[in-house]
Amino acid sequence: MVAVAAPRQLPRKPLILAGIVLAWLVLWLVFRNVGTLPLDASALTPLHRMINELNDAVGASRNSNPLFLYFFNEIRLVIDEFVTFVQALIAQPSFGRPVPVIGWLGVVAIAGFVSLVVAGWRVALLAVAGFVFLGLQGLWQESMDTLSLTLAAVVISLLFGIPLGIWAGLSDRANRVMQPVLDFMQTMPTFVYLAPLTLFFLIGPASATIATLIYAAPPAIRITAHAIRSVPHNTVEASESLGATRKQTLLKVLLPSARKTIVLGVNQTIMAALSMVTIAALIDAPGLGKTVVKALQTLDVGTAFNAGLAIVVLAIVLDRVTTAATERRKLPRWALFGGLGVTGVCVYLSYTYLWAAEFQSDVEIGSSIRQGATAVTEWAQDTLPFITGGFKDFVTFALINPLQALLAESPWFLVALVIVAVSFLIGGVRSAIVSAVCLGLLVATGLWQDSMITLASTLVATIMVMILGIVVGVWMGRSRRADRFIRPILDAGQVMPAFVYLVPFLALFAASRFTAIIAAVVFAAPVAIKIIADGIRAVSPTTVEASTALGSSSWQTIVKVQLPMARGALTLAANQGLIYVLSMVVVGGLVGAGALGYDVVAGFSQGQLYGKGLAAGVAIVVLGVMLDRLTQAAAKRWTN
Amino acid sequence: MDPVISVGNLWKVFGSNASQVVASDELKSLPRQELMERTGAVAAVRGVDFDVAPGEMFVVMGLSGSGKSTLVRCLTRLVEPTAGTIMFEGENILDADAKRLRDLRRNKFSMVFQHFGLLPHRTVADNVGYGLEIRGVPRAKRGERSQEVIDLVGLTGYEKSYPDQLSGGMQQRVGLARALAGDPDVLFFDEPFSALDPLIRRDMQSEVIRLHREVGKTMVFITHDLSEALKLGDRILIMRDGQVVQVGTGDELVGAPADDYVRDFVKDVPRSHVLTLKWIMRPPRPDEELDGPELAPETVVREAVRSVLSADKPVKVVQNGELLGVVADEEILGVVAGEA
Repeated sequence: MVAVAAPRQLPRKPLILAGIVLAWLVLWLVFRNVGTLPLDASALTPLHRMINELNDAVGASRNSNPLFLYFFNEIRLVIDEFVTFVQALIAQPSFGRPVPVIGWLGVVAIAGFVSLVVAGWRVALLAVAGFVFLGLQGLWQESMDTLSLTLAAVVISLLFGIPLGIWAGLSDRANRVMQPVLDFMQTMPTFVYLAPLTLFFLIGPASATIATLIYAAPPAIRITAHAIRSVPHNTVEASESLGATRKQTLLKVLLPSARKTIVLGVNQTIMAALSMVTIAALIDAPGLGKTVVKALQTLDVGTAFNAGLAIVVLAIVLDRVTTAATERRKLPRWALFGGLGVTGVCVYLSYTYLWAAEFQSDVEIGSSIRQGATAVTEWAQDTLPFITGGFKDFVTFALINPLQALLAESPWFLVALVIVAVSFLIGGVRSAIVSAVCLGLLVATGLWQDSMITLASTLVATIMVMILGIVVGVWMGRSRRADRFIRPILDAGQVMPAFVYLVPFLALFAASRFTAIIAAVVFAAPVAIKIIADGIRAVSPTTVEASTALGSSSWQTIVKVQLPMARGALTLAANQGLIYVLSMVVVGGLVGAGALGYDVVAGFSQGQLYGKGLAAGVAIVVLGVMLDRLTQAAAKRWTN
Repeated sequence: MDPVISVGNLWKVFGSNASQVVASDELKSLPRQELMERTGAVAAVRGVDFDVAPGEMFVVMGLSGSGKSTLVRCLTRLVEPTAGTIMFEGENILDADAKRLRDLRRNKFSMVFQHFGLLPHRTVADNVGYGLEIRGVPRAKRGERSQEVIDLVGLTGYEKSYPDQLSGGMQQRVGLARALAGDPDVLFFDEPFSALDPLIRRDMQSEVIRLHREVGKTMVFITHDLSEALKLGDRILIMRDGQVVQVGTGDELVGAPADDYVRDFVKDVPRSHVLTLKWIMRPPRPDEELDGPELAPETVVREAVRSVLSADKPVKVVQNGELLGVVADEEILGVVAGEA
């Protein structure tokens, strides 16, 4: 009904919106710094203390409460065992040996052989080179820890994800139940479930693996279900008409037809897992992530860069191998057995001899990389401040500060009223209610002012994402050549785990809100750009041609035809951009973003701030849900 | 001869309250639109009756939305009918359990689909052998039989190709071969050539006519194209809004349309290609001489034109030595001129 009435009301809405903002500004001047609900960095609310007590109580009853004894502890134990086993194989000294079961030579050989079988010899070469490079960086053991955790999480994710995906693909009812859960899991900012998990599973590899599972399993489920569902109905019908049983149809028609897409889902799962495993360093997961976090905390850009580079190398290798695996290929028999033999010999050598087990090399390039990165950082900080500093100051004073002042220095009820009113304008009563509930929850967390500061940064980052998205997206959408050139860069950007983005910007801009915002923009921009580029490209060529035939300039075609027609893509890009930006809030907390991000990070490291950190996590989720609902309501209204 | 398939009062209603609709005579008599408004149910097939004789090419024709595709799916229970009977070789298919139904599908009938429904990850030979594979036929025997039908449909040499390497017409030949591989008693065709170019469609129609002659199987053919129906069908069933409008041979439809709908449908058909002499003959007038040439009543008008126009006396239409009527210049010209 709203959609029907929309065309008549629309012209008046911008006016009402402007009126609201104007009223806000006036009231802001009057009520400035009244009722802003601030909370000191070390101050706690009763809620936070209660969660602390809950945490203590849970800690005390961990070995007596049956729920823990027979449920959570069991899960933790099984996963711990599994992770420890994988680590024992390739990463950690084990079984009374001073080195892992399979040393570097064996791992490199296995990586090369597996890549050869599933992805061909080019990719195999890349894999071998990549793994050797990890060793040369002096990060072999850290890399193997990260790889172990990733593999363990991926195996468990797929063990559950693929059958669940098949089920959701076959049964409409299962699909209806799973879709909203998956939606929620994917809109939830990545890092917030770390804290509640530690409540149940302690900190360490088990929690890290479970967090990774939660993050990495949804793509596997979703893509598998999608793959099964997109097998053409008539193919399935043809199989049925020939008298195939359900099992035969599944095994001979659905799964083979869906194979390529399912492998794509495996790829997504692996990349998500790698990204999350590095983040899980926040809750004491071993590996490269830990090296990065420690280096970030001591502002040691050189070390952070070296470890970040290792993550990127690992990401590229894993991505190339699984992407290439979507193509069917057949290896000649001699290559298969030859490769198997060589791998066997390498594994044996690495099991037996120390030189093949421990990566020791005279050509240690890790320290050179560290020194180089540090030198570049110092040079950049010494020589570029008038450019980087100017940009930083401009954005800070022109955008961040005013918006933050407006949001965080207004009385809370004023901000709440404005947001509810805007929600009503965009999405009607339902949106208004959702926003009101979310705002109430924000107040309840006791972190209102921090939430507003984070909201300000998030909005600034999203605006920058949209500017970048529209400029680059339109360019890509209009020029095939630009698309061919830029798309691989965006793809590579999306493959990189979130952490890695921080390093270069930390070097350029030092720790500040601005650094966190820029990192979030770089993290979120590829998605937005791709969505907008696809939206522009999807505008019917006939319409564009007609516009050109009427004598429009390129600018007129873009502004009057292509952008309006791609507005569905624009709102979707804004929605995804927001979600991605929000998921970087916690990471930003590591480099001076303050507010909610800092609260979460501090909660991990200091016991008495645990409750506050958890509340901050909830606040991020609530912000996420509110912004997601709002942008989706806007998208719905615009596309109808 | 006993019919192979005998369909009695078949109903298919989509919607959660389908069984209530077919249980109520009042609801059943409502037009589709009204039924939809009152109950939310869509009646796709409404009380359809027909028989198919062994070896017959039976065509079901209707426009999109007439329920013809649903009807053919009901016959193999790819869509579960709501009510009625489908007797196949004396057995009511609607009573078959899942296992019996699978047996029937594996051995007794098979289907050719509009969009082919081929498996993209299998070669032509493996696609053709798929039905045998799920029956558990050993590989060697499967290969032999596949090759036979591949040769039969003219795909020799393409055994190792994948479907996406073939043109639409060739893909449908694979679909045809797959349907033939299991040596079924009845073949169902669901608009098999609608997605093909006109020229290829004509080729494929001839191919089906040839196969029908060679393998002599009973065929039920769904189409929305009247000329295709007239070209292929021994008998044609015209469907509209889920109901049977008329069943008959091509010349019956053109010569004696059951209602305005059918009349409108066959309006543009070249009548001289379809009508036979029995549709245009008249009783001899008393003053006419009855010693002209003789023709059978099944002679198509087009083929009689020359003999009638060149004879200076009316042509006699004779069956078994009995004079049924006569045809003279004005009758022939009436048909031919009516087309222009």
